[in-house]
Amino acid sequence: MCLAVPTKIETIEGNRGTGVLAGNRITILLDLVPEVKVDDWVLMHAGFAITVLTPEDAKATLDILSEML
Amino acid sequence: MTRQTNTAIRQQCDRIDQLCRQALELSGSAGPLGIMEVCGTHTMCIARSGLSGLLSDNLKLISGPGCPVCVTDQSYIDRALHLAMECEPRPIIATYGDMVRVPGSGGSLAEARASGARVEVVYSADQAVEIALANGDTEVVFLAVGFETTAPGAALAVLRAHNENVPNFSIMTAQKLILPAMEALLSQEDVRIDGFLCPGHVSVIIGWKAYASVAAKYARPCVVAGFDAPQVLASVEAILAQLASGRTESASVYPSVSAEGNARALELLDEVFVASEASWRGLGAIPESGMELREAFGRFDAAVRFGLPDFPSREIPGCRCGDVICGRLHPTGCGLFGSRCTPRRAVGPCMVSSEGACAAAYKYGPHDRGPRQ
Repeated sequence: MCLAVPTKIETIEGNRGTGVLAGNRITILLDLVPEVKVDDWVLMHAGFAITVLTPEDAKATLDILSEML
Repeated sequence: MTRQTNTAIRQQCDRIDQLCRQALELSGSAGPLGIMEVCGTHTMCIARSGLSGLLSDNLKLISGPGCPVCVTDQSYIDRALHLAMECEPRPIIATYGDMVRVPGSGGSLAEARASGARVEVVYSADQAVEIALANGDTEVVFLAVGFETTAPGAALAVLRAHNENVPNFSIMTAQKLILPAMEALLSQEDVRIDGFLCPGHVSVIIGWKAYASVAAKYARPCVVAGFDAPQVLASVEAILAQLASGRTESASVYPSVSAEGNARALELLDEVFVASEASWRGLGAIPESGMELREAFGRFDAAVRFGLPDFPSREIPGCRCGDVICGRLHPTGCGLFGSRCTPRRAVGPCMVSSEGACAAAYKYGPHDRGPRQ
């Protein structure tokens, strides 16, 4: 339940964004990151983006996750 | 963050060993020092990477109450089962997948579902609201379990139900706050905790400065880490460097965490919830360690809506999860571990949860040589 996954925001409509996670298109709720823009990376936890990441931090986290999962 | 070679990790372990000796000398106490992590993902990382075995005998890494499923009191599971099986007409129980297999006194939600209960696994609290909107004639109850990371999602779900006037949605809350639990852990006389390896994603919400009060009041360094071995080692080294120089502060080695946290999320938590006493498995009732709905949102409280009875906090016979969660016992010290209790047929929540200390010890076995008491 603690796990959060980096995802790149591809579209934004209202408080909802879309991105791709493990090959699937997913909806990401953006209420907690009002500053987010298309093409930003976010850390997604339980359906919600909880922070905006730098591309470098997103890649580093994805590398760790690919080792874990 | 760069991937470290085995040599670099060994060199870091040597530095940690040196710092341990300096810290022990400064404190004038006998070892080993104890550093507790309070995050299920850290538990898994430490077990998977075998870090405990690489570190000095002067240092113990101890798993604490970091897995939200594990810390959820038995009385909550029993209440959820009552809601699923005894309330008529039967509501839809919307829950994160981790909770489905956790055994209560009368079975698990998975078993309840096999007996006809309506249990839906959701990946976000908002999805539970969607289910309520799509099933207007049926009550939908979201099991709001977890720490500060998941609580903003539950708060937003309640706000959405409030704003869109969704009459058939409610939540059964067991949201937890990590700081009061850390304070309760420090009051245990039989577990030595010299510093805390603080959770990464809880800290994204609350910020690393949130631990400053614990660091100052109890003189224990609190350092936030990310989720791989180099991050955990960096945090351990930072904690020991503080102890070796007589400092106790809050800090972070995880770049995704800011000092202040997520302001919007904290605002939402304050708008929807108020701190209240909560029951923790192993730790018992801790004042102001839970999150209760504010009066303005009371109509979304499933306990009130369904008139749910209180259930006693029963221990599962033979199960030592409570001691494991508090750091009093290594999983392998439990009489059920690996025999009656395995990931396939789990007795206690620490074996059920993929982030539980028992599941970690079972999966990664001899690598994880934690404290055996």
